[in-house]
Amino acid sequence: MQSIGEAFGLALQLVASGDGDLLEIVLLSLRVSLTATAVACLIGLPIGALVAIGRFSGRGAVLIVMNALMGLPPVVVGLVVYLHLSRSGPLGFLGLLYTPTAMIIAQTILIAPIVAALSRQVLEDLHAEYAEQFRSLCLTRLQTVQALIWDARYSLLTVGLAGFGRAVAEVGAVIIVGGNIDHLTRVMTTAIALETSKGDLALALALGLILLVIALGVNAAVQSVRMTAARHAHV
Amino acid sequence: MSDTALPLATKLKDAVPAAPLMPLSVRDLTLRFGETTVLDGLNFDLGSAGCTMIMGPNGSGKSLLLKLLHGLMAPTSGHIDWGGQDPQAVTKRQALVFQKPVLLRRSVAANIDFVLKTRGKDRGRRDALLDHVGLAHKADQPARLLSGGEAQRLALARALATDPEVLFLDEPTASLDPASVLAIETIVRDARNRGMRICFVTHDMGQARRMADDVLFLHGGRIAEHTAARDFFCEPQSASAQNYMDGRLVV
Ligand SMILES: Nc1ncnc2c1ncn2[C@@H]1O[C@H](COP(=O)(O)OP(=O)(O)O)[C@@H](O)[C@H]1O
Ligand SMILES: [Mg+2]
Repeated sequence: MQSIGEAFGLALQLVASGDGDLLEIVLLSLRVSLTATAVACLIGLPIGALVAIGRFSGRGAVLIVMNALMGLPPVVVGLVVYLHLSRSGPLGFLGLLYTPTAMIIAQTILIAPIVAALSRQVLEDLHAEYAEQFRSLCLTRLQTVQALIWDARYSLLTVGLAGFGRAVAEVGAVIIVGGNIDHLTRVMTTAIALETSKGDLALALALGLILLVIALGVNAAVQSVRMTAARHAHV
Repeated sequence: MSDTALPLATKLKDAVPAAPLMPLSVRDLTLRFGETTVLDGLNFDLGSAGCTMIMGPNGSGKSLLLKLLHGLMAPTSGHIDWGGQDPQAVTKRQALVFQKPVLLRRSVAANIDFVLKTRGKDRGRRDALLDHVGLAHKADQPARLLSGGEAQRLALARALATDPEVLFLDEPTASLDPASVLAIETIVRDARNRGMRICFVTHDMGQARRMADDVLFLHGGRIAEHTAARDFFCEPQSASAQNYMDGRLVV
């Protein structure tokens, strides 16, 4: 067990030297969370758009469910995915448990509702503003949705970033379905959680620093997207 | 089917002039929100050409009347008949310029492109349209940064881009400076002279005088009077219009 000062020094060394193991963990984290974010956007955005401009019965219930799913606890998502992917589960034959794919699935389930709910809000607000003009122009539904998505593109980008931020920082789901296997499914958060308890404070701290930088980067990106939008009068 | 069959058929269909939307006949048009009756059994006809100025105090139902005529809402009861045409097909042959223009979060040019594209019009007309409303030099600027007068002219250009047979304007010059008012009046008058039917809501007596062929005066959800312009401005028939012009109308 190292002292905090020692560990911090080692951590900085690891980061500065571009340590191979460290890099592998960071890259896997990014690959898993970016893929999950992309898939979650592909699923969540159309659902959000549909609910935003659709007027169907049961819409209120859908809204409640969507908003409730936003707060899914990661460990519960992990557990449910585990039950499906485990050998005795319905999807056990795919052999996906303890693979990066399993982690992508879990994170996608975790953040797709966030993307859906937030983009629903963004698109519905914009639609409230555009709807009458669009009806006057006799746009089709598809043209309406396309125009809304394009005009809300900056806000939707921040929705995607919010999803990525949540995915990359989450530990509960990936630890259950990934298992923190070295060189295979070890990502930043699971490494921090488990290496700390094993006493490898340097690696944990180094990863913690990188995770912080990523979180800051996501926030900076959101900020710059907002400023770009304002500059182009998209507010 | 041969390659050329479809386009030729479409062209022929487009070439045949559709039956005219005018004259308009409105019968017993009533609009209620719950217990409140906003429009109360309107009856009027509009002839095939010209500019009808729709006037009346705030809350008399002018904006709602435009939306009903344009097919954006359904009346509680009564009939709107545009030259016997299918009501479903009417909206697309008209355009409405709202009091507060809703512009897309895009460049000035892209706002016009959007309408030309979605309505299947010739994209090449964009520059001419912008030129027509005096916005050619602003083409690449974000539409949301335009001044009030410029934004309203863009909204007007967008409306004209759809080649409407009927153009509705809802107080388009309400908060504009005199030069912008004049610019918009000039464009609208030009459209009228080219045969577009205009229905123009205004509070501005001078504007009504400059633009009107006939005046439809609403008061308390009813038509107080509908008269030819020269009669209206010489001597309004109804007491409410007379009081309104003298600034004495109490709502
Ligand atoms: N959705 C609505 N529900 C209830 N009342 C409405 C609604 N929309 C408009 N009104 C009322 O209808 C009346 C006429 O409105 P409007 O046509 O906008 O008047 P204006 O002549 O000033 O354009 C107003 O008193 C307004 O408050
Ligand atoms: Mg009004």
